[in-house]
Amino acid sequence: MRDDPRAGGVHGDVAPGDEIGPQDLPHAVRGYLIGLVLATLLTGVSFYVAKSTLVWQPSIPIALSVLAVAQMGVHVVFFLHITSGPDSINNVMALAFGLLIVMLLVFGSLWIMTQLDHNVMPMDRLMQMQR
Amino acid sequence: MSTDAVVIQGGGVAGGAMALVGGHAHAAALTEEAAHGPSKRIVVGYGFWIFLISDIILFAALFATYAVLTDATAGGPSGRDLFELETVAVETGCLLLSTVFCGFAGIGAQARKSALYYGSMAATFVLGATFVAIELHEFAGMINAGAGPSRSAFLSGFFALIGCHGLHVSAGLLWLLTMMAQVYAKGYRADIMRRLLCFALFWHTLDIIWVALFSLVYLVGVAR
Repeated sequence: MRDDPRAGGVHGDVAPGDEIGPQDLPHAVRGYLIGLVLATLLTGVSFYVAKSTLVWQPSIPIALSVLAVAQMGVHVVFFLHITSGPDSINNVMALAFGLLIVMLLVFGSLWIMTQLDHNVMPMDRLMQMQR
Repeated sequence: MSTDAVVIQGGGVAGGAMALVGGHAHAAALTEEAAHGPSKRIVVGYGFWIFLISDIILFAALFATYAVLTDATAGGPSGRDLFELETVAVETGCLLLSTVFCGFAGIGAQARKSALYYGSMAATFVLGATFVAIELHEFAGMINAGAGPSRSAFLSGFFALIGCHGLHVSAGLLWLLTMMAQVYAKGYRADIMRRLLCFALFWHTLDIIWVALFSLVYLVGVAR
C-alpha cells in the first residue's frame, strides 16, 4: 500500500474518501493545517486592506478580488483536493468550464448593465420631457 | 460490518476493502478498476462535483444581480452604513475553522478513528451553527433598522445572495447530523463513506463561496 502512489502518503495529496492508514494521519492533518495558516493569512490581509488607508483607494476592489481568488485557490488545493488527487483531470475540466460560465455571467451582466445605465436617459429626465 | 458491505455493495471499493489486509485490498481494488472502469468513489465524487459547480453558477447569477444593483439604494442605507466588519470577521473565522474540522472528520473516518471523526464533526456543527446564528442576528438587526429586503433593490440583492448561502449552510448542518447518525448506526461502510465524501465536498465548497462573499460583498461594500 505504501509504495502505491494512489495510497496518498507517497503521492503527497490525499483526496477526500481516499484510503489512508494510521501512518498517514499526521501527513493528512498537516495539509489542512498548512491550508488553515495560508487562508487565515489571506483573510487577515483582505480585512486589513479594506480598512487601511495604506492602499490607493480606487485599487481596493481589485486588490480584494485578487486576494479572494488567491484564497479560493488555497481552499481548492488544501481543503477540497478535488483537482489535485488521483483521477482528477475530469474534475479540473468541469471546474474550468464552470469558471468560464461564472465569468461570462458576472462580467457579462456588469458590462451590459453599465452600458444600459450609460445609454438610457434617467427616468426623471424622461418624465420631464413627456410633460 | 465492513466485510458485509463488500458483499452487499459488490463494487464497494473505498471503505469495504479496508477491512481486508492493506496490500491485498488495494490490489483487488485496482484489478476491479481495470475490469469495470473507475471506482464508484471517483464516479460519485465526479457527479457530486458537477452538482457543486452548478451550485457555484447559481451563486454567480445571484452575485451578478447583487453587483448590478449595488448602487440602487433608492435613498436608503448602502453597504457602507450597514456592514459591520467585526461580525463578518467572526463569521469568516467560524466557517474557516469548521471547514478544517470537516477535513479532520474525513481523515478520522478514513483512518477509522471514531473519536477524531465524531469530535471533528461535532466541532464542525458547532462552528457552522454559530455562523448561522450570527448571520440571522445580523439579518434581524438590519430588518429592525428598516433595512429589510424590501427597502431597496440593493438590499433585495444582498438578502437573496447572503440568504441563499445561509440556507445552504443550514441544509449542510442537517446533512452533517445525518452523517453522524449514519456512521453511528451503520459503521464506516463503503456507501456511507461515499456520502461522507459528498458532504465534505459540499461543506468545503460553501466556505469557498463565503470567501467570495466576504471579500466582494462585505469588504468591497465597506471600502468603496
